[in-house]
Amino acid sequence: MSNTVTTRRPVADSAPLPVSLKQPRLPRWAPAAIAVAAVAVGCGIGLVAGLESRIQWGLIGALLFILGTYVLAAAVEGVRQAKDRLATSLVWICFVLAVVPLASLIWETVVRGIKVLDGYFLSHSMGTLPDALPGGGIYHAIIGTLQQVGLAALIAAPIGLLTAIYLVEYGRGRLAKAVTFFVDVMTGIPSIVAGLFILSVWILILGFGPSGFAGAMALAILMMPVVVRSTEEMLKLVPNELREASLALGVPKWRTILKVVLPTSIGGITTGLMLAVARITGETAPVLLLVWGAKTINNNPFEGAQQSLPLYVFQQWQQGSDASYDRAWAAALVLIAFVMILNLVARGIARWKAPKTGR
Amino acid sequence: MNSAPSISSAPPPSAPPASSVSGKAVRPGDRIFLGLSRGSGIALLVIMAAIAAFLTVRSVIAISGDHANFLTFFEWNTSGPEPKFGIAVLAFGTVVSSVIAMVIAVPVAVGIALFISHYAPRRLASPLGYVIDLLAAVPSIIYGLWGALFLVPHLTGLYSWLDDYLGWTGIFSYDDQAPRALFTVGILLAIMILPIVTSVSREVFLQAPKMHEEAALALGATRWEVIRMSVLPFGRSGVISASMLGLGRALGETMAVATVLSPGFLINVSLLNPGGGTFAQNIASKFSEADEFGQDALIASGLVLFVITLLVNGAARLIIARRKEYSGANA
Repeated sequence: MSNTVTTRRPVADSAPLPVSLKQPRLPRWAPAAIAVAAVAVGCGIGLVAGLESRIQWGLIGALLFILGTYVLAAAVEGVRQAKDRLATSLVWICFVLAVVPLASLIWETVVRGIKVLDGYFLSHSMGTLPDALPGGGIYHAIIGTLQQVGLAALIAAPIGLLTAIYLVEYGRGRLAKAVTFFVDVMTGIPSIVAGLFILSVWILILGFGPSGFAGAMALAILMMPVVVRSTEEMLKLVPNELREASLALGVPKWRTILKVVLPTSIGGITTGLMLAVARITGETAPVLLLVWGAKTINNNPFEGAQQSLPLYVFQQWQQGSDASYDRAWAAALVLIAFVMILNLVARGIARWKAPKTGR
Repeated sequence: MNSAPSISSAPPPSAPPASSVSGKAVRPGDRIFLGLSRGSGIALLVIMAAIAAFLTVRSVIAISGDHANFLTFFEWNTSGPEPKFGIAVLAFGTVVSSVIAMVIAVPVAVGIALFISHYAPRRLASPLGYVIDLLAAVPSIIYGLWGALFLVPHLTGLYSWLDDYLGWTGIFSYDDQAPRALFTVGILLAIMILPIVTSVSREVFLQAPKMHEEAALALGATRWEVIRMSVLPFGRSGVISASMLGLGRALGETMAVATVLSPGFLINVSLLNPGGGTFAQNIASKFSEADEFGQDALIASGLVLFVITLLVNGAARLIIARRKEYSGANA
């Protein structure tokens, strides 16, 4: 109602009514003005009271903004409108509150990471360099990450794809229900628990040493449910008419799936796979338990400790010297860039190859 | 070749000729494909069962060698002739830090979700949702690094301020150490789970029936009243399950906690002072110095974490599944 009245304002104004039908409203610029005033007063209070943390300045400003809007609106527009404005300002503040740390995270990583990031850093390993000295690089970590994630994808992708096909194309009855439920539950397994599982089987019971492959198995466990879920969603988007047309022509079901259903949904499936790869690329905990982290290049993922990017970040942070902090930030930047590029490309593929029925 | 196996496999159903016409004839390719796909479904179940089984086996070894009560003992000494360890501190730290994270993150996430779905200018809304999804992909170790090197130094001011005004509660007393405490962990976990809780809640809010909203608007409701009367009731169970998913993540988070917390095996009433620990963090930081029995003990604590996250996630999924049944009518 308030909306209609404001848009018809000229008419209402021209009508010579003794009692106006429209409520008095705050001008459109009022929230912005209150926000500016609140921030100014917040900073003022912060300066005068000598609060050193900017977080407090922000909190005081936000509080003043909420109070100011509510009181002003209640005085001018009435309590209902004031509540509406209160909700609006709270929602805006929530948004700003969330954007600040997340933006700061990205900003810090880029600014601190760019310092030592160069060709040398990308193409050399740590070797025998003492941790407190500057220099060294992440070549060994990149090799390790690529191999471990690649192996994990090789294990998880076929199992995940086939399970999704089973659930969508064949799944009826109790087995399918159980698989659906446990896939959902498996999505929530903490990565460290997956690591402990492989540790107990592969290292403690079977007696193998740490290796990239052990880490890859744990990563595969984390990747499988993600692949199943996303593939399932994509297969469900394939119109049934396509399947029926193919079956009606006498094509066997398995060929229908391979030649009709999968090609139709291949874009979405690729996206899901890439998002899953992006997710496990950043996993540290299982790698910490199973791959251990080496300082030198180990090209064989089946034997001996390896390094991986997230683990490298963690270990450099643990060293605690300025040089190692720099390396940690630089490796974090490489990792974040890798994950983001995977995400962007994956979503690009999704948009480009979306099946005609979707959205 | 094609018909031979179909006849041999057809007899069990009642009428052989009918079965071949209705397409029930099983071609070898079909059988292989079905076998493969069903097999991988079963493989997933086997993996889940194996995780539970092997963790239990190793845990039994550890707990039977424990000379203290595993559930209530306050320390973690796995070496020596008489190992004594218990998960009391870890359980406390895990629960407290996750609860803090939930208390901070859920209202803010609901706010952002509402902002994207109902408040933001249309042109801003979809890129924002996109950015939030991207942020959900940032690896946890980077949150940890940022938390340890950026967030921790910036919290001292806030903590001494909290101490000044709320210190009398005991919970918020703070004695000017580096704030590598459970409360910091809670804040960091809150920031970490914001994107996931936001993106699930946003999906639910966007599905709220447009007709309800328009009806409320037509009756003269303000925007907030529309949201309170039609969007929030519709989205409530979705928000609950989103929070449970976030809780599952917070409970199992390892690296962000391991980098930010300075652990100690004591239950510190003040949440702003260092000390305490969580299951995952304890595993990560004790692992490198543990012998085989020590690793078994860590596996036992991992099993407890596994069970807790299973319960939380299972509950979330049940809520979602129940929701699907009645939201079908609205779709």
